Amino acid sequence: MYYDNFVLPFTIGLITLLVYLCVRYYKWIRSFPKIDRIKIRRGLFSRKTLVSIKEIFMESLLHHKIFKTNPVLGYMHMTFAFGWFLLIIFGKIESMVYHTSAFNPPYFAIFFRYFHPAKETFPGSETFAFIMDLILSFLLLGILLAVIKRFYSKMFGMKRTTKQRPYDLLVLTVLWLIFPARFIAESFSSGINGGGSFLTHSAGEFFATFLPLRNLSYGAWWTYSSLLGLFFLLLPFSRYMHIPTEIVYIFLKNWGVEQRKQYNGFSEIQTNACSRCGICINTCQLNNSCDIKDTQPVYFLRRLRNHEDFSVQSENCLLCGRCEAACPVGINLNAIRLSTRPDLTRVTKETYAYIKPKAQAETPAKVAYFAGCMSHLTPGIIRSMQEIFDKAKVNYTFIDEEEGVCCGRPQAICGNWKAAKVLMDRNQERIESSGAEILVTSCPICYKTFKEDYTLKIKIMHHTEYIDMLLQEGKLPLHKNDLKTVFHNPCELGRGCGVVDAPNHVLEQVSQRIPTRYDGKNSLCCGGSLANTVIDSQQKTKISTDTVKAYSAYQPDVIVTACPLCKKTLGKTSTSVPVKDIAEIVAAS
Amino acid sequence: MNFWGFNISETRSINYDTNDKDMLIHVLQEVPSCKLCIECGGCTAGCTAGRLTSFNIRKLQMFMKRGENKEIREELHKCMLCGKCILVCPRGVDTRKMILSMMKYIKNNQK
Repeated sequence: MYYDNFVLPFTIGLITLLVYLCVRYYKWIRSFPKIDRIKIRRGLFSRKTLVSIKEIFMESLLHHKIFKTNPVLGYMHMTFAFGWFLLIIFGKIESMVYHTSAFNPPYFAIFFRYFHPAKETFPGSETFAFIMDLILSFLLLGILLAVIKRFYSKMFGMKRTTKQRPYDLLVLTVLWLIFPARFIAESFSSGINGGGSFLTHSAGEFFATFLPLRNLSYGAWWTYSSLLGLFFLLLPFSRYMHIPTEIVYIFLKNWGVEQRKQYNGFSEIQTNACSRCGICINTCQLNNSCDIKDTQPVYFLRRLRNHEDFSVQSENCLLCGRCEAACPVGINLNAIRLSTRPDLTRVTKETYAYIKPKAQAETPAKVAYFAGCMSHLTPGIIRSMQEIFDKAKVNYTFIDEEEGVCCGRPQAICGNWKAAKVLMDRNQERIESSGAEILVTSCPICYKTFKEDYTLKIKIMHHTEYIDMLLQEGKLPLHKNDLKTVFHNPCELGRGCGVVDAPNHVLEQVSQRIPTRYDGKNSLCCGGSLANTVIDSQQKTKISTDTVKAYSAYQPDVIVTACPLCKKTLGKTSTSVPVKDIAEIVAAS
Repeated sequence: MNFWGFNISETRSINYDTNDKDMLIHVLQEVPSCKLCIECGGCTAGCTAGRLTSFNIRKLQMFMKRGENKEIREELHKCMLCGKCILVCPRGVDTRKMILSMMKYIKNNQK
């Protein structure tokens, strides 16, 4: 039988890890709400599982999303994940071919070079040795890149890399040492017995010239096994917990499990699935404009995971969603952050009792227009929308012309869901009493909550979508002019609701739209977000100034946005270029 | 003793020395920009809730500075937190955060 005492650290580490993971995941999944557990049961034997496996291959192994962010960074992550994976797979195949049985102990494949007498050949033994050496060299190159990244992160397109705690640095070092240890152990064995291929064989011959390999070889295998065992034991309490957890998360996500308003087991799984790659640090405008370095998801999730105080970090976020769009793991960063904000309101019968229901409309109009609170501070938007309705001869009713009610989202983004629900119910009653078929709103904040939290049965459109529809139907007379425009897509509209094409269509038809690198879901936050209650007005102004600078660099005649709050915030800091709403541009054309 | 058969109205004097300034201290610590307020009332003029009810941010913060916390407790929950007032404020007072921090104080000091 192939056995030696040095396999013990590895075997014990692996078994402990597997038992720990099973218990952990079982506990987390059991804490899910019932509806999510039913979804898991339904999804288990469906096509969704196959989709998940494909996604795991693309993301957990190839890291295809990181490649999109930066090729060198992607390559580094890929060598680690995919390289290690190939090493395990090919090692296993090699051991199976040699052993002519699928059932050999797991350590046998890992320490194959130790157990296999090199002179004994088997079908394809040389090819296998070559492949294994190739993969190992691939991995060693990855480690070299990782070491370089620690010191020169700029090379990888990152202004900053994640600051790790000492414990994580220890585990990181263990991980980095595993492959050099394997390389040394294999080369030493090769130096004594022969075997190996271009890498380990030549290295072995080289070492044999000046080292007493017979005394060192056994120790090298012990080191390799101990490092593996140590890594497995430390893994669950380090950031490398993301390796198994990301796989579990991808399955759960595809089976339809959702991040709900409460922080539950699924949030825990996502928190643990964060690899702390630090891509979110670079996209965060609080980092780039205000030099705030402790609130980015990577640090926030770490605080959550380690049960450190996160009350400030929880509130110190614009919820712009730039990190969420860039996250290679696809964690619901905004929803998790929101779930940690405490509810401060107490709801009684009196709460918002002053909002009276509206009388049912006798002759319902086709379209109901809801401007939103903020639009009442930008009368230009309201006037333009009214002009557009008139030009297109649309029969509409203006819901909040006189007595507006807030949509409830501002309460919700402070965590005050109970009060938000009361507001939403009262507002929904008022909207429904209009009897309209389409609800058009000018405010992306309202738009998002109408779509996600209300149970309205009518069609809900943001005014960009509505104008786009009118243009497509040919109901709106149009004159293209020479105005050069750039489009600033509001966070809640582009990233929040996925409305990207409609505003671009509209702008291309009425003006000369200049494409920018901030188009669509890459747009910058204006800084005026109500979600952040920590930063002060100067810091907000700083973010907004930087945003204006970024868009003005394309030298447009006008910066166009589609949100009253963005218009107001950007308009305050943009001194040379006017900021207008898309409705105003259309109405003026 | 009131032996004339008339009600004598409660005193309207405000004693800055004896009034409860606890909330004020808490809010000023969390929202230092409150000190910048010039009581112009712009926040109240644009207020969404103020259009439908007697809710008045300017008054609220005046109550807070006087230490009349009972009145605040009665009024505060009318706010919808829509944030219009921040955009209106000419002094850069984070009015919305002021309300939130009052809510927090009341929640933590409930009797």
